[in-house]
Amino acid sequence: MAEVEVRDIRKSFGGADAVDGVSLLCRDGEYLVLLGPSGCGKTTLLRMIAGLEQPTGGDILIGGKSVKGLPPRARKIAMVFQSYALYPHKKVGQNISFPLEAQGMSKEERDERVRWAADLIGIGHLLERKPRQLSGGERQRVALARALVRDPQVFLLDEPLSNLDAKLRASARLELKQFQQRVGVSTIYVTHDQVEAMGLGDRIAVLNKGRLQQVGTPDEIYHQPANAFVATFVGSPPMNLMQRDGRLVGFRPENVRVVKRSEHGDGASAFPCRVIRIENLGSDRYVYVSVKDDAGESKLIAKLAISEVIGVQADDEADLLVEKRFLRFFDRDTGESTAA
Amino acid sequence: MRSRPLVSILRWVVLLLFALVCAFPFAWAAFTMFKSNDDLYTVGHVPFFYNSPPTLDNLRVLLTETAFGTFVVNSVEIGVIVVILTLLASVPAAYAIARLTGQWGGKLAMLIFIIYLVPPTLLFLPLSRVVADLGLQDSIWSLVLVYPTLTAPFSTWLLVGFFRTVPRDIEEQAMVDGYSRVGAVVRTVLPLAVPGILTVVIFTFALTMNDFIYAVAFISTSSQMTVSAGVPTELIRGDVFFWQSLMAATVLVAVPVALAYNLFLDRFVKGLALGGVKG
Amino acid sequence: MSAPPATRGTVIVEESVRVHHLLDRDSVLGPVLLAPLMIYLAALVGVPLVTVFVYAFSDATTGSESFSFVGLETFQRTLADPVFQGAIRNTIVFTVLSQIIVIVLATILGFVMSADFKGKWIVRFLILLPWTTPVALSALAWLWMLDSLFSPFNWILGQLHAVPIGTPVAWLGENNLAVGSVVALQAWRTMPLAAVILMAGLTSIPPELNEQAEVDGAGFWRRLFDITFPLLAPIMMVAILFGIVATFTDMAAVYILTHGGPGNATQVLASWSFYTGIQGGSLAQGAAIGVFMFPVLVGVCILMLRRASGVEVT
Repeated sequence: MAEVEVRDIRKSFGGADAVDGVSLLCRDGEYLVLLGPSGCGKTTLLRMIAGLEQPTGGDILIGGKSVKGLPPRARKIAMVFQSYALYPHKKVGQNISFPLEAQGMSKEERDERVRWAADLIGIGHLLERKPRQLSGGERQRVALARALVRDPQVFLLDEPLSNLDAKLRASARLELKQFQQRVGVSTIYVTHDQVEAMGLGDRIAVLNKGRLQQVGTPDEIYHQPANAFVATFVGSPPMNLMQRDGRLVGFRPENVRVVKRSEHGDGASAFPCRVIRIENLGSDRYVYVSVKDDAGESKLIAKLAISEVIGVQADDEADLLVEKRFLRFFDRDTGESTAA
Repeated sequence: MRSRPLVSILRWVVLLLFALVCAFPFAWAAFTMFKSNDDLYTVGHVPFFYNSPPTLDNLRVLLTETAFGTFVVNSVEIGVIVVILTLLASVPAAYAIARLTGQWGGKLAMLIFIIYLVPPTLLFLPLSRVVADLGLQDSIWSLVLVYPTLTAPFSTWLLVGFFRTVPRDIEEQAMVDGYSRVGAVVRTVLPLAVPGILTVVIFTFALTMNDFIYAVAFISTSSQMTVSAGVPTELIRGDVFFWQSLMAATVLVAVPVALAYNLFLDRFVKGLALGGVKG
Repeated sequence: MSAPPATRGTVIVEESVRVHHLLDRDSVLGPVLLAPLMIYLAALVGVPLVTVFVYAFSDATTGSESFSFVGLETFQRTLADPVFQGAIRNTIVFTVLSQIIVIVLATILGFVMSADFKGKWIVRFLILLPWTTPVALSALAWLWMLDSLFSPFNWILGQLHAVPIGTPVAWLGENNLAVGSVVALQAWRTMPLAAVILMAGLTSIPPELNEQAEVDGAGFWRRLFDITFPLLAPIMMVAILFGIVATFTDMAAVYILTHGGPGNATQVLASWSFYTGIQGGSLAQGAAIGVFMFPVLVGVCILMLRRASGVEVT
């Protein structure tokens, strides 16, 4: 177990910067999630930590020691690939014991540890199978057992849930979290799915276009986004943004009420709007509205609990009410968060 | 395409015509090899029947009284050694092109393919000088030396395609799991590329069997000759043709080679499609 | 959690890691893996290729180690030689004629073979024989099949009274027939590979394209010429290039079937180069003859390169 630190790390592929000066610390035992859209450099960053990609600049430290130039095998890391990369020609048991063979461990010792890891993950009954005989969920567990078996300093997980169907994903997420809490190994987890990120991460690092946008707890990321990108990338539906008085004003859809013109009380900002459409989603109701702002017009969404009574319908002129404490402000040009 | 009866019949007619044209010389050879001399060389005999009972005599003559056995042994010996040398050179090179060399790997694959197109009929003169300088003329080792020029480029080209079908994740996982690049390749990529490598083995072997010009240019001693060169040059003595034995030799070589090709043809075709030509 | 089993005598890899450190760099490992092949090919293909040209400008013979440069003299002598002129003409004629036949037949064969049917395996075996058999041996089978006395064709023609009894057709002894025989042999032995390659191309055309066209109202011939053939063209090109190289540079077929005869009526560049260079002992002139194959090969290479850098994204 160890902390992982990257310092001003860069990687360019033929002139294009995939990772452009990222500095980041994953504390000992921490669950750090790298979140970003595809092509943001998160996987490249993970692969550089693994040693599969050589950085063009900067440094990587694992357990306080620079691993720059060290091949993957010297970094004592375990990695789970998106595809799980199970060795198709080896049985499950042989797959799990493969990293131990590399260490030159004796047969009995290997068997003992394979048994331990397999039981911990709950796949003790699969050891004699070939990977192609396994379901998606079982494959993911085998990959985890193989990562776990060798006592790594760090776990690197590259979108390990993206190959599972939606139903399985929720339970697998829970298992992943519980598993990491038990073994307590520093974990860096790459995903483009903000729900996974919010649910799993002790902290989340949001990346875009090769640059770090914000690092913080899920709460901070959600409620105090550092810039307009984070604000609109995290949350479903994302934060509403509109241009007012030369800056961007943002608020979360669930922090809004939509009322008929001039029915509101004090302490809230009112934005005149027109209701476009109301969508009933079972537990929630989405109200799509259009607001006049500096840019002309912005389409915004209000997310209201189904229990909440609303007094508007499509084509009504209405007011959006947002309490002041929910308002966030961003610079119009840079997108950076600014004070109220 | 839905198969209507007429289409189906037409297909069979066309196929049988093609099969007839392609296989006729061999069928004729197979038919001839069992004929006795009386039957064969009597003008006026209908050539499509056995006018005298078929005989295995010609086969016996070929196998016991000619150097055919020696040719086969030489060909197999050369084939096996060249296969090993070819794999030793082309497996690492193909892996490097498929994985390690990035953009200029594609260009190298192209260069190697162009080398494959340089024909032996252009190179045999300078190579015969090289062989003579090394004192290898009239020895199978001269062929062992030059045959990889025929086989290695093509093998490399096929192998590049096969290696590219192995997911990168697998070897990277092995590297994370504690192996060096070479160790990871040996333990994961090579086992997964076995079908491709077997295909290369078959075709390498066949290419060495197929060569004619090097074999006749470098070797003039019967005891060192290959099948391809030995049968047509050594088993024909002046104007005397032992046709049945010659045809027996042809059939004995043609059938097993074609069977081996058939086993691996699908993979070979896939290899052609995957190969370095796509750059 | 249950603790992992204690490791007895944990093995630390770190020491051995440093030893192979250099080979862990892709930029080092790549060239190291490529080196044996590239060095070998440079020595035994690259150098000889240059040497051929050196010989062609010299008076080298097989007998002596030393030679001197004579400029274009060897070329002049070669070009003036009527046998050479015939050889260059034959080489082109054999290649062009045989490959035209191959394009037509291989396309038909590719089509009928691309369907699944019972007994495909045995049919495929028979059809591949001409390609898989060493050319020297299949030429031998042709030599017997075209024997002037015992050819089955002659017997049939005799029975049909197409030719006078007692004057058998000399398939290999009469100029035009000999040329025809060689063309037939070359087409016959290169056709299966072309068909196989075309078959691969046909199976790689997505069936949706043809189905879409059929829905859009295109008939069979329309689909064939507007969809199948254009999509097939690049791979057909590969098949033809293989065929051209195989035919253009081959000497075994001519050497065994006709020995270049009758007279020198079927002599080709490769065989004439062999007769002159090895049997005649004149390295210089043999090389000068061979060099004339070069422009065509360069042309083939350029076509290949253009194809590789072209549109294709599969």
